[in-house]
Amino acid sequence: MDIDWKKIDDIADAYHNDRESLLMIMQDISDIYNYVPPEVIPVLVEKLGINPSLVYSVATFYKTISLEPRGKYIVSVCTGTACHVRGAEKIMDALEDRLHVKESQTTEDRLFTLEAVRCVGCCASGPVITVNQNTHGGLNRSSVVKVIDEYEKQHVS
Amino acid sequence: MAKLENRSALESYRNGLLAEQESRKKKLISLCAGSGCGAYGTAKVYDALVQELAKHGLQKEVTVKLSGCHGFCEKGPILVIHPQGIFYPQIKEDHIPDIVEKTIKNGELVQSLVYKDPATKEKITHEKDISFYKLQQRVIFGNNGAIDPTSIEDYIAVGGYQALEKALFDMTPEEIIDQVKKSGLRGRGGGGFPTGIKWETCHKHNGDKYVICNADEGDPGAYMDRSLLEGNPHLVLEGMIIGAVAIESNEGYVYVRHEYPLAVKNLSIALRRAEELGFLGKNILGSGFDLNIHISRGGGAFVCGESTALMASLEGMPGRPRAKYIHTVEKGFRNNPSNLNNVETWANVPVIIDKGADWYAAIGTERSKGTKIFSLVGKVTNTGLVEVPMGTTLRTIIYDIGGGIPNKKKFKAVQTGGPSGGCIPEQFLNLGVDFDELTKVGSIMGSGGMIVMDQDTCMVDVARYFLDFLKEESCGQCNPCREGITAMLDILTDICQGNGKEGDIELLEDLGMMIQKFSLCGLGTSAPNPVLTTILYFRDEYEAHIKDKKCPSGVCKPLFHYEIDEEACTGCTLCAKRCPEEAITGEKKKPHHLNLEKCIKCGICYDACKFDAVRIQ
Ligand SMILES: Cc1cc2nc3c(=O)[nH]c(=O)nc-3n(C[C@H](O)[C@H](O)[C@H](O)COP(=O)(O)O)c2cc1C
Ligand code: FES
Repeated sequence: MDIDWKKIDDIADAYHNDRESLLMIMQDISDIYNYVPPEVIPVLVEKLGINPSLVYSVATFYKTISLEPRGKYIVSVCTGTACHVRGAEKIMDALEDRLHVKESQTTEDRLFTLEAVRCVGCCASGPVITVNQNTHGGLNRSSVVKVIDEYEKQHVS
Repeated sequence: MAKLENRSALESYRNGLLAEQESRKKKLISLCAGSGCGAYGTAKVYDALVQELAKHGLQKEVTVKLSGCHGFCEKGPILVIHPQGIFYPQIKEDHIPDIVEKTIKNGELVQSLVYKDPATKEKITHEKDISFYKLQQRVIFGNNGAIDPTSIEDYIAVGGYQALEKALFDMTPEEIIDQVKKSGLRGRGGGGFPTGIKWETCHKHNGDKYVICNADEGDPGAYMDRSLLEGNPHLVLEGMIIGAVAIESNEGYVYVRHEYPLAVKNLSIALRRAEELGFLGKNILGSGFDLNIHISRGGGAFVCGESTALMASLEGMPGRPRAKYIHTVEKGFRNNPSNLNNVETWANVPVIIDKGADWYAAIGTERSKGTKIFSLVGKVTNTGLVEVPMGTTLRTIIYDIGGGIPNKKKFKAVQTGGPSGGCIPEQFLNLGVDFDELTKVGSIMGSGGMIVMDQDTCMVDVARYFLDFLKEESCGQCNPCREGITAMLDILTDICQGNGKEGDIELLEDLGMMIQKFSLCGLGTSAPNPVLTTILYFRDEYEAHIKDKKCPSGVCKPLFHYEIDEEACTGCTLCAKRCPEEAITGEKKKPHHLNLEKCIKCGICYDACKFDAVRIQ
């Protein structure tokens, strides 16, 4: 993994290297790499003046942070209550079939990571998935596959 | 625009804005840019609209405004044309040329796009006449669809920051607190604690005090906080600033979920603009009062909505709750007195100060005042955000506003209060919804999620679903919650898979009571509620699973199969065409047959059949 150390510095500086901002710093790093590369942890320890154990406990406590590499597109299936009663499980099934991975796995080409989230706040449009920051609603088994096809096309072109 | 240095500067600024609006009086197209409509493609519609207007040379004459959430999210993207107030739901890019040509240029309706009431089939042109809106009282949510959330000018023009002005210059902190107490406002985040009393206690303590806004909105199925922050962020900020004046705090935080990027964005813009105009920062409107507000982004942990966990998270630590021998109003964030309120609670404050406690207290019931925004979702025709006075009956909300259950299915239950709440059956549909009435039937108000369930929802599966959620979300510090929820979940999973045993129901009740009594925080003490209420009201479904090994709703896969009723089947072939496993065979116009060996119980045929010929057995 090639890490742009300048960017990491900039992010931490933007939060004044404040230890209370640890989670947000990691989220911003995650926005670049789709995960927090473990190599940056010693740097954060140094810059924020905190224990490595705190970084690990924060990274593993919050679901928005992953220490494992994730795909270019993070496909999150909402399994919140509203989506659940409208068939979120079927959406997950269809995606597992389409991507040939199980929940919380990444496709071999590192293009997609399939995850479950608990409600993204678009409950009226359920079942809902998000792909990175885009939300797609009113889905069924076949339309969700089309959404994935679109992203794959985008990537190829 | 320079800082507003005093009260009269704000007043003349507002008058200027109003005069300007008046003189412009041009056509305005308001397109909803909330997350719900966004999921249905607002961005594409917006681009098409701007292009089309330019093509006709109308870009100067017609303003396009990206507004906040209108609430009727089911029918997004929503487009409203002013001054006539013409309402077009479910707009796609290819509708735009017609809208511009007919409605904008010639003032005619595009008949095919006009909203049709699903019950009466009547066409309705104006938003306010639609049954979904007619019975609502949109005190808090009303301006959402009218203003551009990124424009502080829009907010000021509808009377925004007027209440702050009053609080700063005409009232003492004690008077503000007194008004909030008199209004009867209770916290909208779940517990329903009286807001004025919380403020009063916090005001009494000394130290560097904090005002904090809880925008963690962890309750799955509820999204009113998101829509408020996205659609009218200044309303929430104004409430917080008034709160800070009252408790005499000079620093505030909004703790918002990272999963709500648009809320974070609109809130950041709002903070910056409020600082630029002098509603935040040093010497606010020349009053001598200082306040800074920061955003902190949380990371998808339900328990972080709990007050002590939230404050731990704000401090950069994992969000683990602590026992509350000492309340956060005394020692909270950074060990200082901290006043935490929910987004919607804060949003009520400017209204109370502006219109007065008496006006506010006239709305609602004896012990629950004001309006409440509910997120009406699940198996209901009109899903969306609904604001009604406290005390409105479930029946009015679900049937009159929500349009009832779609696809001729039968109502089974409504789930309120999220993972800490319960499932309310049909016999209580006439219940007037307020804090106390919901508690009486074993549920809670929670943050206002209302998930409607129909005959196809299995109540045992719902109970299992919530425990599965809570098992993941339990922070794991205390045994009753960590081990108890896991034990209950194991039993429920067994029941759903056909391995339920005699005595399981009683065991669930015992475990539930133990977890309620001995858990450390609210997550644990309320975790058994969904299980206990479903046992209370739907015991027969549990028994069917355990004794007959049947799931009557056709959800728990090992406990049912599909069958085609030969009498009802018309041989339309739809199910056979849709079946992904080619398990259905039969000739056109002849009864079809389902091969159970091949069937994976995906339910596609069941959903597809228009003749109710696919049955759950
Ligand atoms: C497990 C748990 C989760 C909670 N989640 C939220 C939440 O997402 N949003 C919220 O406003 N309050 C939540 N609360 C309630 C808060 O602890 C707190 O009571 C509330 O924010 C206070 O504000 P209010 O008085 O304005 O309601 C939660 C409580 C518990 C026990
Ligand atoms: S339950 Fe799926 S978005 Fe809320």
